[in-house]
Amino acid sequence: MSNNDNKIEDKIKLKVYRENRGQNSKSYYDSFEVPYKRWTTVLDALLYVKGYIDPSLAIRYSCRMASCGSCGMKINGIPRLACYTKISELETSTIECEPLGNFPIIRDLVTDFSLFYKHHKNIQPYIQSTESVETAAEEKTYSYNQSPQDVDKYLQFSYCIKCGLCYSACPTVGTDLRFPGPQALAQLYRYFADTRDESKNRLNIVDDRHGIWRCHFAGSCSKVCPKGVDPALGIQLLRSYMLGVSKNNKKQAEKIEVNLD
Amino acid sequence: MEIQRVLKESQIMKIHYITGIAAIFVVAIHIMMRLVVPFESSLNYDYIIANYKNIFYVLILESILVLISVHGFNGIRVILLELRQNTAWEKVITVITISSMIALIAYGTRTIILANGL
Repeated sequence: MSNNDNKIEDKIKLKVYRENRGQNSKSYYDSFEVPYKRWTTVLDALLYVKGYIDPSLAIRYSCRMASCGSCGMKINGIPRLACYTKISELETSTIECEPLGNFPIIRDLVTDFSLFYKHHKNIQPYIQSTESVETAAEEKTYSYNQSPQDVDKYLQFSYCIKCGLCYSACPTVGTDLRFPGPQALAQLYRYFADTRDESKNRLNIVDDRHGIWRCHFAGSCSKVCPKGVDPALGIQLLRSYMLGVSKNNKKQAEKIEVNLD
Repeated sequence: MEIQRVLKESQIMKIHYITGIAAIFVVAIHIMMRLVVPFESSLNYDYIIANYKNIFYVLILESILVLISVHGFNGIRVILLELRQNTAWEKVITVITISSMIALIAYGTRTIILANGL
């Protein structure tokens, strides 16, 4: 541990959005002075406030390691994960924490994800195949096997943790709540590009007035994703396929006869 | 009138993109035809009427009219669809934009035909 790590803690001003929808109270900002060190995250600071200053502060969090996607919020105006954002990296004397945009507020920094999950559920986020894993194993066809190239087609999209940051950053969702949003559309591409998926109806789900064609390609979804997913790319790939510009070279992995003798 | 039942949104957007790209070319030809003579002469009454008598120019004008109308009114429909999300609004917007598009194309075509003296 360096000497710099042992020095007296600096303090940061935390400006937090407060609102309680249940009590129909007006929204306001609370300010707190919070000590921090080089490694302190915004979530650590908020938990310090909750633990030592104001226990009524509402935050949603769980894993504290950017895996669960629970602590999404706007930090200095940009949707980020609080557990993945270090105070020292923000390089400002005041940090403003607000609930995610495009989500109804429940209380303080906690937002309602019902519609977000509904859009996600609508795109049928699961592999649809006529052949079950058990059948494939019994018949030794192994059609579920995939080559590394097949996996590469959708791998980055499978890293999505459903934190809602892309949905919050999307300008189309801001005006059109029936638009599925970048998360759902990127997940649709994830299953569409999967060689094991045989669904023929998946694209029709988003081929309507408020579907995939309403994307303005602002690209803010890809910019805010904490997991390096590029939802804008997924949307454009889907659109090019639907326009017939690109051919989907998805094909079932070759059936491999395995001789166990 | 439910355009959605006739055409999928992907088909509508395909038409939108094709008309947009095609319009660039015909408008470019239209502008170039203006540039082959001095600019002021290109606005001369006799020159314009002579142009209307040229069947090639008339076809260019008609295609500009159709392409820009289809592309433009669909663009307006798309913008307005985002403002509100209810079926009645969407139906009204669809009917208004399609009927406006047809009216504009009809009026423009009438002008071209009259000027051509057909």
